[in-house]
Amino acid sequence: MLRNTIPWLIAACAGSVIIAAYFVPSAQGWQDTIGQWFEVLASFAFVLGGVNLAMQNLQKISAREPGWGYAAVTLMSFLVTLGVGLFKVGVPADSSGSRWGGSYQAEGSAFWWLYEYAYNPTISTIFALLAFYVASAAFRAFRWKNTEATLLLATAFIVLLGRTYAGAVLTSAIPEEYSAFTFPGLTTLIMGVVNTAGQRAIMIGIALGVAATSLKVLLGINRSYLGSGDG
Amino acid sequence: MTTATSSRVWWPICVLSAAFLLWRAAVPGGPGMARVYVKPAPAEADASSAGWLAARPDESGAVVSPARTAGVWVAALLTLAIFSFLYKDNPAYRFAEAVMVGVSAAYFMVAGFWDGLVPKLFIPLSQMEWGTVGEVGRSLLTLTPLVLGMMLLWRLLPRGGWIARWPLAFIVGTYAGIRLLSFLEADFVSQIRNTIVPLVVRDTDGLGFDLWASVRNGLMLGGVLSCLAYFFFSMDHRGWYGRVARVGVWYLMITFGASFAFTVMGRIALLASRLEFLFDDWLWLIDPLGKRPPPGL
Repeated sequence: MLRNTIPWLIAACAGSVIIAAYFVPSAQGWQDTIGQWFEVLASFAFVLGGVNLAMQNLQKISAREPGWGYAAVTLMSFLVTLGVGLFKVGVPADSSGSRWGGSYQAEGSAFWWLYEYAYNPTISTIFALLAFYVASAAFRAFRWKNTEATLLLATAFIVLLGRTYAGAVLTSAIPEEYSAFTFPGLTTLIMGVVNTAGQRAIMIGIALGVAATSLKVLLGINRSYLGSGDG
Repeated sequence: MTTATSSRVWWPICVLSAAFLLWRAAVPGGPGMARVYVKPAPAEADASSAGWLAARPDESGAVVSPARTAGVWVAALLTLAIFSFLYKDNPAYRFAEAVMVGVSAAYFMVAGFWDGLVPKLFIPLSQMEWGTVGEVGRSLLTLTPLVLGMMLLWRLLPRGGWIARWPLAFIVGTYAGIRLLSFLEADFVSQIRNTIVPLVVRDTDGLGFDLWASVRNGLMLGGVLSCLAYFFFSMDHRGWYGRVARVGVWYLMITFGASFAFTVMGRIALLASRLEFLFDDWLWLIDPLGKRPPPGL
């Protein structure tokens, strides 16, 4: 009861209020309240995740597990960022002379520095690395072996060229009245017609899937989010 | 490549690189690198822009910012450490990865605290009043997310972790309700609405027939229907239905090809921006945006 039925009832009530508020304007206030609670709980979830990360890394350090030094680096960078962010270190004072009124992301603050010079470069470089791996995977996987694979390969080739300067230069000899057959023209056709149709069908499919999954959660058919252990 | 051979190759490269950096950064009258200039922010600037703003070196009142200059060095070394993974997994990459994990976890925690907990929980809690029945009701509503949040954090304790299921169920239920509506409204209904287009399109003057627009709309509608036919597995993909589904697969392959191309272009753009940071902001070898006065001026 406490571990399964009440959680399901809470999920069903919260979701039903959100849905009901869409159709019943007078329930809008309840939707706002639940939305606010949801945002607060999402913030608590970040706290839970952060504390969990710290505990895991502390455990790794105390047990001297392989790679504990990197766990120490993770923990140190976590604590430093947390400290300067929560205490607004380096945030300029506002008109009342207090730094607590200023934004924690203010330009020049320690938290801004960590975001600008540690978080941003590492995240964007890791995503940039994927350029090499995507290209490498494509080189190994793309083969002209059947109609479907050929369409995929040809489309990628045309769109890549069509959105760059090289594509326009390569087909610059084609007269203006046949511009639809240049790389940029073909790219426009692919993106505007075929890609739009495919994306629409995918989005309709995803929407139906999300709606079905949501209904299964709200009706209690799917309770996998509650886990199976006794905790 | 063996470890000994690798060391013989990499050590000279590292020493030469360090000498090059030292020459650019430290030699007086040298080309210089990585310095960031700032100037005092105008008095009317808002609180988010702090006391100092980025400036060109030749602007009046511009001075070197030691913190931001150190930041460019840190960012450049972290960038190079992550790029080193292209060679192989190594301690420099793992160090940068550990820094990224720690900083990003704390970043979202801090953002959740200042943007979520403070305005939506702590400030309402500080304004609670218990005088009338209505105020008591409002105060109880304000206390509810705090109680649910505490129940969520109970998961960290060794016993009674199941208590966290209640707030978790609230999160899942609310999210399911929000997604159900938004996907049905924004994706399902609006995509169908946009697909219902005239198959015979008139000219703008209403007299002639716009062949190209008609073909476009026909191809679009046919594409959506054939893709949906492929997604519909309650009917065997045989006969005429199988042929329609096959056309749907072709549409989907073209869609995936276009998506792949856009993904590659996005990643290449990110890579270019990182290289631009290294060569422009850090090494000062290029200056495409004219951030600095030309050398010798």
